[in-house]
Amino acid sequence: MKAVVIGASVGAVEALSAILPPLPADYPLPILAVVHIPPDRSSVLVTLFASKCQMAVKEAEDKELIRPGTVYFAPADYHLLVEQNGTLSLSADAPVYFSRPSINVLFESASDAYREELIAIVLSGTNSDGAEGLNAVCEAGGTAIVQDLASSLGCEMPEAAMAACPAAKQLSLEAIKEFLMEAAYVEGVS
Amino acid sequence: MSIKTEDIEIQLLLEAIYLKYNYDFRKYARASIKRRLTRAKESLRCSSFSMLQDRILHDPAVFPPLLSYLTVQVSEMFRDPEYFKAIREQVIPYLKTFPSLKVWVAGCSHGEEVYSLAILFREEGLEKRTLYYGTDINYQALEIAEKGIYPLDQIALFTENHRRSGGKSSLSDYYTAGYGSAVFDKSLRERIVFSNHSLVSDAVFAEVHLISCRNVLIYFDRDVQDRAVGLFEEALAYRGFLGLGSKETLRHSKYVNSLEDFVKEEKIYRKRDVA
Repeated sequence: MKAVVIGASVGAVEALSAILPPLPADYPLPILAVVHIPPDRSSVLVTLFASKCQMAVKEAEDKELIRPGTVYFAPADYHLLVEQNGTLSLSADAPVYFSRPSINVLFESASDAYREELIAIVLSGTNSDGAEGLNAVCEAGGTAIVQDLASSLGCEMPEAAMAACPAAKQLSLEAIKEFLMEAAYVEGVS
Repeated sequence: MSIKTEDIEIQLLLEAIYLKYNYDFRKYARASIKRRLTRAKESLRCSSFSMLQDRILHDPAVFPPLLSYLTVQVSEMFRDPEYFKAIREQVIPYLKTFPSLKVWVAGCSHGEEVYSLAILFREEGLEKRTLYYGTDINYQALEIAEKGIYPLDQIALFTENHRRSGGKSSLSDYYTAGYGSAVFDKSLRERIVFSNHSLVSDAVFAEVHLISCRNVLIYFDRDVQDRAVGLFEEALAYRGFLGLGSKETLRHSKYVNSLEDFVKEEKIYRKRDVA
């Protein structure tokens, strides 16, 4: 596996708090996250998770080289994309399904760059962003994961993702965390 | 990993666009370009990028819509009000010391930012001594900019942005509403020149005191970013100002030593004093 992408909206903080803090500082994969958050609250996520996580946590910067052991959050009001050369790009293109950053935009570009070596996770939320992106990940042979409804504060996003990508694994937050550990260490890193 | 067929097609398509129409997107950040081309391909009902290439090579009428997909930026008047507030409160006092001023909005798209600055400069009493350049590579966007007509449903947002930027007048002083549109006052346009200019291939055309180029550099690769910033550095008058988008930085630029932070949090830089 080469990278993990995560998309979340309503209920994001609760869900991410169960997944990210247990991962070790030297977790061998980069984690790229799009969370829908109002533009004026952009740095809150980074501050919050930097204090909770063992991995490095930062806001994604344009043209930055993607490094393992780091969690990157998309800045508010910009799309986050993965380039084929392993760097990040930002874009101020129009919102996609009313979302900027858009989970679909991150997932589709990451899927294009990492193909089957990508893990994509759709967490809690109350819109359908991420569904098309998760489908693109499935089609490229990547691993698709969706948070189970029982633990989701917002069920629409996981439901839409499952509908678009029925092959996705639907897991509890605990199981997602376990999966991330196993995928990174058991299957080895290419 | 071997290169995907689709990526070969995109490379060839960009080459074709360059050779046939002289628009150079080859050094743009590829992921965004690919997204935009994918949308263009779907809307122009082509089953592959090769088919799109065939169409633009043999049917020039297909190029203008494709160009719009490749270049159109979404913007607002007084987008990021804090940026305009910083210009108003921190840059304007310096600009007031010049007898004549030139302002360049690079990548102006539909012109919202040029009109925003023209309004701001009028409020600050600098209008009569200032000439504004709005440049873009999309001539269709420039035609819209020339007209200064925006959808009425955007006006509430523009008005709120203007107010938050420290606006000293009412935005409604500058436009007439009718038929679902807001038509901006022709007098604002008297000192604005909209013109075709490419940061990828053209040269400096004037000495300017303030350049605003926001959310344009993120679409370029590192080399073209450097070229564009090089143009800005060359175009700026002694101790002139450069404003970038809120997530753009000169930190990794070749010209990092030629321009210094002026209002760091708003990405406003100032040309250094070099002996």
